[in-house]
Amino acid sequence: MAVINRGFGARRRESTPELPPGQYLTQDFPVLSAGPTPNIHPGEWRFTVTGSTGERTSWNWDEMLALGVEEVHTDIHCVTRWSKLGTTWRGVPVERFLDGIGDAGDHIMASSSGGYTTNMPLEDLVDGRAWIAFEFDGAPLEAEHGGPARLLVPHLYFWKSAKWVNGLTFMDGDSPGFWEQNGYHLYGDPWREQRYWD
Amino acid sequence: MSWRVGTVIEVRPETPNARTLVLDVPDWPGNAAGQHLDLRLTAPDGYQAARSYSIATSGGPGSPVELAVDEVDDGEVSPYLVQDVVVGDQLELRGPVGRWFLWRETQTEPAQLIGGGSGCVPLMAMARAHATSGSTAPMRMLYSARAPRFVFYRDELDALARSDAFDLTLNYTREAPDGWPTAPARLTRESLERAVIPAAEGPSVYVCGPTPFVESVADLLVGLGHPASLVKTERFGGA
Repeated sequence: MAVINRGFGARRRESTPELPPGQYLTQDFPVLSAGPTPNIHPGEWRFTVTGSTGERTSWNWDEMLALGVEEVHTDIHCVTRWSKLGTTWRGVPVERFLDGIGDAGDHIMASSSGGYTTNMPLEDLVDGRAWIAFEFDGAPLEAEHGGPARLLVPHLYFWKSAKWVNGLTFMDGDSPGFWEQNGYHLYGDPWREQRYWD
Repeated sequence: MSWRVGTVIEVRPETPNARTLVLDVPDWPGNAAGQHLDLRLTAPDGYQAARSYSIATSGGPGSPVELAVDEVDDGEVSPYLVQDVVVGDQLELRGPVGRWFLWRETQTEPAQLIGGGSGCVPLMAMARAHATSGSTAPMRMLYSARAPRFVFYRDELDALARSDAFDLTLNYTREAPDGWPTAPARLTRESLERAVIPAAEGPSVYVCGPTPFVESVADLLVGLGHPASLVKTERFGGA
């Protein structure tokens, strides 16, 4: 039996069916990160896919753009409980980087400038479900939001959308990344409210 | 991780729009300094809302849990916690959460705490843990607030600052007390350099506050030579 908090609820917000359980709507774009914001110029940006046996394939900024840019309309959900609906991004689908890389690894560790990592199944990064995003609401992505480019995996809690992304590494099996080792869920589905590891 | 029921055993004002709540949570597993928790409210008709709050204390299983809540103007949870909750009320909690923004008494390097506004709450847990443990590792706190009346924990911070191992520097951004040596201003490279343990001494640095505060301070720290890997940040929006 839940505790009832008398007098609570007068200021409740309208219910919104697009909101996963336990989330509230924000018009702002709050920030969750663990350290200082790196300052990376597109001219020095590199993105590297590393196979499970160590072979590497890299792209610079222009090579990334040449893979084909899409516009993405999506809702985003942060584990700290804010959600933002109807955001617009531009980015390159992750699968374009993986085309032609025949790797047997079934999980991916995404890495960022600054050393942060986050893990997810490979299947969550393909089939139009994930992008390397560099524009938000019509403007270049700001550094504090992960610019010049971040991973965008909007169907998972937003810490999986690694800011300042600089690479993906194939793994045989799953392994916790930085945020996951620090208490967050290994998978992070907002609709199943998978916030924390335990 | 399951929801637990805590009973409010003490409330006290911190600032004109923030107050401390102390909860007794019989099956609380304990928490480290710097962790946070989720707090959930349930209306009589079953409507629920949850938010995350930093914990101002640390301790072993069953130790009291102290929060400080700043009222957010258009919030739906914080006004209830700041205005309506009374001693004896029950609140549901889940946690502790977070294993990154922590200070542990086994740390021997200097620690620099930098808080903006209610960002001082997890830093207070660290300062209290430092004092309780008798740690001889130097710890400094730089605390930036709009005006003297918005400073949390003022008497306790002054008492802590009488210890050789803990230094306190206050910064005021809008109004300073009469006779304060500097005009109210946001933290700058120069004021940080004056107040913060120098990078050469290798401090672990903890920065907590609203996003613009944290962004600005963390950038300035890196510019002053603090390695990004030693600067841990925690930001809040809030509602």
